[in-house]
Amino acid sequence: MNQIRSILRAGARATEPTSPRRLGALIGGGALALLGLTQRSKSGLAMAAAGGALVYLGARVDRHPGVLVAQSSILVNCSPQEAYQFWHNFENLSIVMPHLESVTVSSGGRSTWIALGPMGSRIVWDAEIVNDRENESIMWQSLPGSALFVEGTVKFETAPANRGTLVKVEMRYRPRSGAIANAVARMLGKYPNFVMRQDLRRFKALIETGEIPTIEGQTHGPRSKVVAALRVADPTRPIRPESQVREVLNAMRRIA
Amino acid sequence: MKAVCWMGVEKMSVETVPDPQILNPRDAIVRITSTCICGSDLHLYNGFIPTMEQGDILGHEFMGEVVEVGASIRPEKLKPGDRVVVPFTIACGRCFFCERQLWSCCDNSNPNYWIAEEMMGYSPSGLFGYTHMMGGYSGGQAQYARVPYADVGPLKLPEDVPDDKVVFLSDIFPTGYFGAVNCDIQPGDTVAIWGCGPVAQFAIRSAFMLGAERVIAIDRFEYRLRLAEKAGAETINYEQVDDVVQTLKDMTANVGPDACMDAVGMEAHDDSVMYLVDRTKQAMRVETDRPIVLRQCIKACRKGGTVSVPGVYAGFDDKIPMGAFMNKALTMKTGQTHMMRYMKPLLDRVQKGEIDPSFVISHRVPIDEAPKMYKMFRDKQDHCTKVVLDPWANGAKAA
Repeated sequence: MNQIRSILRAGARATEPTSPRRLGALIGGGALALLGLTQRSKSGLAMAAAGGALVYLGARVDRHPGVLVAQSSILVNCSPQEAYQFWHNFENLSIVMPHLESVTVSSGGRSTWIALGPMGSRIVWDAEIVNDRENESIMWQSLPGSALFVEGTVKFETAPANRGTLVKVEMRYRPRSGAIANAVARMLGKYPNFVMRQDLRRFKALIETGEIPTIEGQTHGPRSKVVAALRVADPTRPIRPESQVREVLNAMRRIA
Repeated sequence: MKAVCWMGVEKMSVETVPDPQILNPRDAIVRITSTCICGSDLHLYNGFIPTMEQGDILGHEFMGEVVEVGASIRPEKLKPGDRVVVPFTIACGRCFFCERQLWSCCDNSNPNYWIAEEMMGYSPSGLFGYTHMMGGYSGGQAQYARVPYADVGPLKLPEDVPDDKVVFLSDIFPTGYFGAVNCDIQPGDTVAIWGCGPVAQFAIRSAFMLGAERVIAIDRFEYRLRLAEKAGAETINYEQVDDVVQTLKDMTANVGPDACMDAVGMEAHDDSVMYLVDRTKQAMRVETDRPIVLRQCIKACRKGGTVSVPGVYAGFDDKIPMGAFMNKALTMKTGQTHMMRYMKPLLDRVQKGEIDPSFVISHRVPIDEAPKMYKMFRDKQDHCTKVVLDPWANGAKAA
């Protein structure tokens, strides 16, 4: 399985339309799928699925858009102060954004962000707050010379009739090199806005209920091996398992 | 511990699985003393609701004793030793919807929100043991269960009421009651209720509690119709009449029932051609539901009346008579039950002796027999109305 995974990853990194890796992924994946389909067994099915995933990754032509934008908004049942205070400590963001390994805040509105890229690689950048209006909005930017240009804005608006606070977030990423662009695209997943919406849902749940809902780690009966194989081969599976999010959360709570 | 697992369509099995653990600060672990098979579990058994996975633990009607609580649960809310009945909808108690008593629409309790969002636009609350689209939470047909947001859902019970009288506060009694509330019953009203399963039995009794003049119950199984008659309902065996809608017209002096309740849902039966069409489409998975009863409800309802739908629908339905629905100025009320609105008031009614919910039980068996009971309940063998499972009977080991 590890072999398949490393091939899959290789497929994911193949970006040039004519890259031999991409061709390899297409041919190898196709062969694997055919071989799997000819075996009428569960393992055959898994093989076919893995082959199919490989073909999919090989066929996918990665493009590097100049700027990647992730934006979304959410209504949170809290005051603008509560929402602002959570965001103002950027270290909190790694709790609700699984693609962030950590954010470390230093003095003078500066912070160091570490995000998870493909194959366990890390993307690191420093940022500073450029505009800070208490309980209304925060704007931050990566420092000049970072491998990545990042610009983030979060706004907090009081919703009418005591309906809470409208939180609007926009993050823009402009990578300086192709490799970084790939890593950022991978980090944000296929649909940056979708990922941002999930992040905001976690944020909302945490603020409103004090926890992030999860079934990760719950008891269950025996799972199907086919589904397990598909899950490992799933190119869109979360980079950091939810259980780690929970560990961070528990650590936070202990400190508090 | 022992747990009833979904291992595929029509494949249930009692497996030994790890005991549940506290995963979040507002969780509790409940040692289950009584748990039931619900009619809606049969939709999963028959494989008509997507996003089930092999190994999922079913069951959303259970009660028992709290054995462990998470760090954020205050002792005055819940503590080990408390005897509780657990509602099937999971609600956080803090969101926009919970604050407005729309508990089954809780915004935070579904960790797989996005799956339901794809299909329905927005996700309702998480449910126990009812597909990954609805959260993927392990259910309560087991010896223990993990209960999230345990300071909101579980209702504490006095020691002197036996399990049989209160276990149905977990779903079917409040659900039947909610179905009747949604009928918006006015003095003199006639309510027609399709289906005479357990939820409908409670709906019939609730409709009378809420002041209905007449209740007309519709089914094809005589033993279920007899149970409806015991509550004071008039009955129609739809296999013995030409046309249910016409029969209802005749019974109501051409006015029609003031409210019509669909307590059947997505797997309705009929002897018409449309049934065969729906059945075929459902088997080919081009239509998730067979909305035969819903069509009849809309057609039969009097002008300006109300259609209440406690029956479960999963996805997409064909040939809904929107023309009749619009032109007759009907109102439709639906939803998974907002459990926490009704559990306490209904417990009070049980304690006062106004109703003994145990009338609906037809089978009490050890949990090991659950797979057999699913089939029996589905096929309506042995006059099966409601199955209560004992997780600890038959020398079942303490995990």
